[in-house]
Amino acid sequence: MDLPTLWFFIVGFFFVGYFVLDGFDFGVGMSLPFLGKDDTDRRVLINTIGPVWDLNETWVIVAGAALFAAFPEWYATLFSGFYLALLLILLALIVRGVSFEYRHQGSSSRWKAWFDGMIVVGSAVPALLWGVAFANIVQGVPLDAGHNYTGTLFDLLNPYGLLGGLTTLLLFFTHGVVFVALKTEGELRERARRLAIRAGVLTIVVAAVFLVWTNLAFGGVASWILAALAAVVLIASVLSTVRGADRLAFGLTAATIGLAVLSLFMALFPNVMPASNDPANSLTIANASSTPYTLTVMSWVALCAIPLVLVYQGWTYWVFRKRVTRAHIDAAPVH
Amino acid sequence: MNDFLDPLLLSRWQFGLTTIYHFLFVPLTIGMATTTAIFQTAWVRTGKAKYLQITRFVGKLFLINFAMGVVTGIVQEFQFGMNWSDYSRFVGDVFGAPLAMEGLLAFFLEATFIGLWIFGWDKLPKKLHLATIWLTAVATVLSAFFIIAANAFMQNPVGYEINAAKGRAELTDIWAVVTNKVALAAFPHTIAACFMVSAGLLIAVACYHLYRNQHLETMRPLLKFSMWTMVGAGILTILTGDQLGLAMVQTQPMKMAAAEALYHTSTGADASFSIFTLGTPDGVNELFSIRIPYLLSFLSTHTFTGTVEGINELQAQYVQLYGPGDYTPTIWITYWAFRWMIGLGLVSILMSAAGLWITRKGREPKRRWLYRVAIWTFPLPLAAMIVGWIFTEMGRQPWIVFSLLKTQDAVSPGVTGTEVLISLIAFTAVYGALAVVEFGLIKRTAQKGPEPIELDAPDDTASRPVVTTTVY
Ligand code: HDD
Ligand code: HEM
Ligand code: HEM
Repeated sequence: MDLPTLWFFIVGFFFVGYFVLDGFDFGVGMSLPFLGKDDTDRRVLINTIGPVWDLNETWVIVAGAALFAAFPEWYATLFSGFYLALLLILLALIVRGVSFEYRHQGSSSRWKAWFDGMIVVGSAVPALLWGVAFANIVQGVPLDAGHNYTGTLFDLLNPYGLLGGLTTLLLFFTHGVVFVALKTEGELRERARRLAIRAGVLTIVVAAVFLVWTNLAFGGVASWILAALAAVVLIASVLSTVRGADRLAFGLTAATIGLAVLSLFMALFPNVMPASNDPANSLTIANASSTPYTLTVMSWVALCAIPLVLVYQGWTYWVFRKRVTRAHIDAAPVH
Repeated sequence: MNDFLDPLLLSRWQFGLTTIYHFLFVPLTIGMATTTAIFQTAWVRTGKAKYLQITRFVGKLFLINFAMGVVTGIVQEFQFGMNWSDYSRFVGDVFGAPLAMEGLLAFFLEATFIGLWIFGWDKLPKKLHLATIWLTAVATVLSAFFIIAANAFMQNPVGYEINAAKGRAELTDIWAVVTNKVALAAFPHTIAACFMVSAGLLIAVACYHLYRNQHLETMRPLLKFSMWTMVGAGILTILTGDQLGLAMVQTQPMKMAAAEALYHTSTGADASFSIFTLGTPDGVNELFSIRIPYLLSFLSTHTFTGTVEGINELQAQYVQLYGPGDYTPTIWITYWAFRWMIGLGLVSILMSAAGLWITRKGREPKRRWLYRVAIWTFPLPLAAMIVGWIFTEMGRQPWIVFSLLKTQDAVSPGVTGTEVLISLIAFTAVYGALAVVEFGLIKRTAQKGPEPIELDAPDDTASRPVVTTTVY
C-alpha cells in the first residue's frame, strides 16, 4: 500500500473513531426529552458522558487536522464547498459543549430548560448533517477545474443526502440510548432498553435502504461486504438489548457505525471527492495528497501517538466504568 | 453593496474576530492549568486544607474558561479550509503537519486528562489524580508550541520548496519548521505573556476578597503567588520580546519599520524609539513626539550604531523583488499596537511589583482603595496580549505567508460574500451571547470565593477531602 492510500485509511480510522465515540454523545444528548423524566434523570444522562464527551469530540479535530496534513486539496475543497453545512455543525458543537458545562451553574428550572434544549439541538444537528455531508461526498458533487464546489447548501439536501443524514441520526440515537442502558440502573435503564429496541428496529430499516442504495450506485465488492456485515451486527445488537446484554449491545452498535463508515470509505475509494459533473475534475487519493516526505513524517508521528492515545483513552473509560446512579447524583455537590 | 459583500474583507474580519475571541480564553487556560497544578501539589505535599481550597477554586474558574477555549478552537481548525481554501491548498503540505501533531500529541492528551481530573477526585489515588492536572497543563503548553510553529511558518517560511507545477509549498525539512527561529522566540514570549494574563485575573480576584476582608487565609497566599508570577513572567516576557524583536527585524524588516512608523532608513541616534507621537493619522507628518535616541537601533540590532531600514526603502526593494504592489501594512495600527502591548504590559508588571512591596513581610495596605486599583491587573495584560497579536498578524499584511502568498490570493474562491456574511453574523451573535454568560459565570464564581472543605484527618498528608465527587 502506498503512503497516500495508507493515509486514506488513517483518515478513515479517525472518522470511525469520531462517529463511534461522539456518536453516542449525540445519542445521549438527543435522548434527554425521551428518557429524562425529571432533573435528576437528566443529570444522570448528562453525567454518563460527562468525563468523556470532550475527548470524544477531539477526534473530529484530529480527523480534520489529519485531512489537512495528508490531503490538503480534499480538506480545502470539502470545507469551503460545504461551507454553510459546516457552519451549522460548528455552531451546534459550540452550543452543545458550553451547555454541558454551564447547565449546572444555574439553579432555576428555566436556566436548565434552556441548556437542555440547546444540548438536544446541538446533538441532533451534527448527527444529521455529518450523514448528509458524507453521503454527498460518496455521491459526488459538482466541482470546477480548480476543484471548487459550484453548488449550494440546498444541492446537498438531495434525497440521497437526506437519507444519509437520517441514517446517521437514527444510528447515533440508538447507539446513545444503548449507551444509557449500559451506564445507568433501575427504572431509567429499563426505559432506555425499551427505547433502544424500538429505535433499533427503525434504524435497521432506514440504514438498510441507505446502504443498499449506496452500494447499488457506488459500491464494489468490499463495500458490499462491509455494509452487509454492518446490517447483521446491528440486528445482533438489537437482539442483545432484548436479552439485556448491555455491554455486548453497545459493542455491536459501535461496530455497526465503524463498519458503515468503512463501507462508505470503500465506496469512495480511490476517489476522495468525485466530481458529479465531470470525472476529470474529481479529487483522488493520488491528486489530493501531500508529498511522500510529509506523509512519512506524519506516519511516524501517528505510529508513535495512536497506540498511546488508545491506551490512555481506554484507561479513562475503565476508570469511569461504573454505572451512574440517581443516588450518586443527589449526593454530589455541583462543582 | 459589492464592496460590502467582498468575501476577502469579510473573511478577514471573521478570522480576526474569532481568533481574538479564542485567544481571550487560551491564555487563561494555559496559566490557570499550571497554577491549579501547583496548588494541588502544595496540598498533596503539605496536606493543608487551604491549598486544596485554592486548588478547587482556581480549578473551577479554569473549567468555566476551558469550555470556551475548546469550542472556539474547533472553529479555528475548520476555518482554514472554509474561508482560506486557496491558502490551505498552498501551504497544506507544510502547515498541516504541525496542526495534526498538535491534535494527536496535545489536544488528545488535554481533553482526556482534563476529564479525568474533573471527575476523578474520588476515583483515582491522590498522586495519580495530581498527575492528571499536570498532564493537562503540559498539554496546553505543548499545543501552544505547535500552533505557534505553524504561525511562525507564515511569518518566516522555512524548510519548504515551491512546486510550481502544483502551485504549492512542499515540506522538505520538518525539523526546520519546528525550530524556526521565529517559533523559538515567539513560543516563550507567548507562554510568558499567558502567565501574566492568568496571574492578572487571580490578583484581581484575590484583591476583591481582601478588600472585603473575607477568605483571608486563602486569598493572601493566592495574591502573593500571583504577584510573583506576574513579575517573574513579566520579566521573561520582556526578555523574550527582545529576542523576538531581533528575529522579526531579520525576517520581516517591514514590520519593525511599520511598528516605528520609520519612513526613512536611519542609523544610530537617528534610529530613535518614539514613546508617543501625535501626528497625522498616516504618520507622514509628525506634530509632537517623545523620543529616546539609539533605542530603536538597539532593539533592532543590539548595537547602538545599527541601521534600521525605513518603509520607503523597503517598499522600493519589495517592488523589485516581488513585482508592483503595496507592501506596507497599515501604519497606525502597527505603530500603536506595538506601543500599547509594551506599555500595558509594563504597567501591569509595575503594579504587581508595587503590590509585592506594599505587602512585604505580611503587611497590609493602609489605603484600602489600592485593592480596587489592583482589579486592573486583569484587563491590562489581557489587552496587551491581544494588541500584540494584532500587531503580529496585521504587520504581516499584505502577506498571509510572508513573501510567498498574499492574503488576497488565499481566500476561498468558491465561497460567496453572502455566505461569509451569514457566518460572520452567526459567529458574532453566538460568541457575543456566550461572552455575556461566560463573564457572568466567572464573575459569580470569583465573587463567591473558595468553598470550605472538610478533611477527614486534618493536617495529615494522607487525608482525603470528605466530599469530592464531581458531577455536572
Ligand atoms: C502580556 C502581553 C505582552 C507583553 C507585556 C509584551 N508582549 Fe510582545 N507580544 C505578545 C504579548 C506581549 C503576544 C503574545 O501578543 C505576541 C503576539 C505574537 C507573539 O508571538 O507574541 C507579541 C508579539 C511581539 C512581537 C512581534 C513578533 C512578530 O511579529 O514576529 C515583538 C517584536 C514583541 N512582542 C516584542 C515585545 C517587547 C520588546 C516587549 C516588552 C518590552 C513585549 N513584546 C511585551
Ligand atoms: C498561532 C496561530 C495563528 C495562526 C495560524 C493564524 C493565522 C492567521 C490567518 C490564516 C489569518 C487570515 C489571513 C489574514 O488576514 O492575514 C490571520 C489573520 C489575523 N489573525 Fe492570526 N493566526 C494565529 C494567531 C492569532 C492570534 C492569537 C490572534 C489574536 C489574538 C490573531 C489575530 C489575527 C487578526 C486580527 C487577523 C486579521 C489580520 C488582517 O486581516 O488584517 N491571530 N491569522
Ligand atoms: C489560529 C490558529 C489556532 C487554531 C487552529 C487553534 C485550534 C484549537 C482547537 C481545535 C482547540 C480545541 C482543542 C480541544 O478540544 O481540546 C484549541 C484550544 C486551545 N488552543 Fe487554540 N487554536 C489556534 C490559536 C491558538 C494559539 C495562538 C494558541 C496558543 C498560544 C492556542 C492554544 C490553545 C490551547 C492551549 C487550547 C486548549 C485550552 C483551551 O481549550 O482553552 N491556540 N485551539
